[in-house]
Amino acid sequence: MKYFRLIWKNAWRKKIRTSLTILSVFVAFLLFALLSAIGFAFRGGVDVADAERLIVIDKISLINPIPISYLNRIAATEGVEFVTHASWFGGYYQEPRNQFGQFPVNPQTYFNMYPEFNMPAEQFEAFKSNRSGAVVGQELADTYGWKIGDRIPIQATIWTKADGGRTWEFDLEGIFSTDDPRGSTALMLFQYDYFEEARAFAKGTVGWYILRVAKGADPVRVANAIDLQFANSPNETKTSTEAAFAQSFTKQFGNIALIVTLILGAVFFTLLLVSGNTMSQSVRERIPELAVLKTLGFGDRGMLGIVLAESILIMLMGGLLGLGVGWVLVQGIAKGMAAFLPGVYLSPAAIAGGVAMMIGAGILAGIFPALTAMRLSIIDALARA
Amino acid sequence: MSEILARLEGVSRIYQKGKERVEVLHELDLQIPKGDFIAIMGPSGSGKTTLLNLLGGLDKPTAGTVTVGGAELSSMSNNQLSHWRSTNIGFIFQFYNLLPVLTALRNVELPLLLTDFSSKERVKRASIALDIVGLADRAKHYPRELSGGQEQRVAIARAIVSDPSLLLCDEPTGDLDRETADEILRLLQVLNREHGKTIVMVTHDAQAADFANRSLHCDKGTLEAKEAA
Ligand SMILES: Nc1ncnc2c1ncn2[C@@H]1O[C@H](COP(=O)(O)OP(=O)(O)OP(=O)(O)O)[C@@H](O)[C@H]1O
Ligand SMILES: [Mg+2]
Repeated sequence: MKYFRLIWKNAWRKKIRTSLTILSVFVAFLLFALLSAIGFAFRGGVDVADAERLIVIDKISLINPIPISYLNRIAATEGVEFVTHASWFGGYYQEPRNQFGQFPVNPQTYFNMYPEFNMPAEQFEAFKSNRSGAVVGQELADTYGWKIGDRIPIQATIWTKADGGRTWEFDLEGIFSTDDPRGSTALMLFQYDYFEEARAFAKGTVGWYILRVAKGADPVRVANAIDLQFANSPNETKTSTEAAFAQSFTKQFGNIALIVTLILGAVFFTLLLVSGNTMSQSVRERIPELAVLKTLGFGDRGMLGIVLAESILIMLMGGLLGLGVGWVLVQGIAKGMAAFLPGVYLSPAAIAGGVAMMIGAGILAGIFPALTAMRLSIIDALARA
Repeated sequence: MSEILARLEGVSRIYQKGKERVEVLHELDLQIPKGDFIAIMGPSGSGKTTLLNLLGGLDKPTAGTVTVGGAELSSMSNNQLSHWRSTNIGFIFQFYNLLPVLTALRNVELPLLLTDFSSKERVKRASIALDIVGLADRAKHYPRELSGGQEQRVAIARAIVSDPSLLLCDEPTGDLDRETADEILRLLQVLNREHGKTIVMVTHDAQAADFANRSLHCDKGTLEAKEAA
């Protein structure tokens, strides 16, 4: 740290040049922050998946319903702690573009399954005791300005009611949030019993089951046992971890991830060229000064360190600024896009990765100038001075 | 003045430029007693800077040995030499070679960064060195805000701040007017007489050489004592 002043002053030797370099680093890392936050949404919760939760779906297709009668048989399977289920409702609020996830569930078991969702106890009780009650996540409540007690009409796109109606009305009884900053709460849950009774067709089925593996049980064996149980039945099942399930859901976005990677790759390649060039120019200009430092007794490691640290410092200044501004923007984007693209989130892993990239880029941009400084011949350099 | 601080024995320095061999120093012997102030004069290209570089551990002889303060320089690695220089040698150059981005005080502090002194201690020592060269009031000035003579004083403060026994000066007044040059030379004299620094100074200026205890003449690879005028 005692070298910090020297490194800092060297970095700011040419203010305009340094500012421009920092600006380009800033832009690169701002882009990095935005793209990784959006990429996170596309990976769709793969990272938040709980390894102890398994999802049971129809073997042929996710959209094929499975009989509700499976519930008890799954629950009775060895290694299963408890089971809940959900179904895809697929409606919209007021206008078709207002789409978000709506799921008929069993309130008690569903919330047991997802302890990361928090809701005041009295709201939860109200939800359980109102057949046409619903709860929504904070994100959704914020998006549409819903308050407890509101009556929310949802237009069905699949599930017409037995009476022919397509409008399902729910009483908003509760608003839940999540402890996990990565988890999205842009969803609406309502009572399966009400859904089951009122829908016109496919009665006696659910969309999928979610189960918790008992402590100590092997999730793979539990999954196999369940699928074996329903083999050769009209509804064969496919049981997988929550992560694998989320992944199969979002495979279609694989290309987006690739494009994001390519864009970032191009940006960082350019960044390396720009900052590497700046660093070598900056070192070339002060060869005599570096020779003086060597004369004074700065050793190989000192010379290498001083130049590398300067390069890393410049990257960190621009990069942290970029991530910081990116973080603020991501908060806004996450709010604004909660309904269409839930889970826009700048994860700690992405931030750590970004900082690692700053240091890595700093080393790459600075290593050749630093080696030049280290290998400098004092005599030649001073003779030139 | 009997104790020998630096000793050159049979020192040759040969530069190989392609096929051409240039023997800059030829089997040179030299003893520098502790507390001496030597001026080295000689025509351009005669090897004066080369000699200083050898004494300061910046260069290694092609043959012979260089011993300074008991250390045999030719047997040391580059990193050992770096470390050794930081505490044993003070360099003063013709063009001062201050870092333009640092203030006078911070320039003087530079050699102390290589020590374990606390930040407070470093500043204290650098301030004392600046005080010795008479520039305590310019501590916060940048080199561009100083005159040539003042810059050279700062460079001298930097050279003495880690209290080395040997100061090597390569034409320290070569870029200064007569009056300023004399001030610098008087300062070197003070450092020699009152602070016990051994000084080897290369100069083209006979008047500058008069400030030293004795003069040596460097030519065609050898050194000769010059009779005092
Ligand atoms: N790195 C080098 N490679 C080849 N030859 C060199 C090198 N450094 C110095 N020389 C040669 O060695 C000779 C002595 O150089 P040196 O710098 O010691 O002279 P000097 O006496 O200090 O001269 P000046 O008074 O001009 O400073 C010169 O002929 C020079 O060309
Ligand atoms: Mg010279």
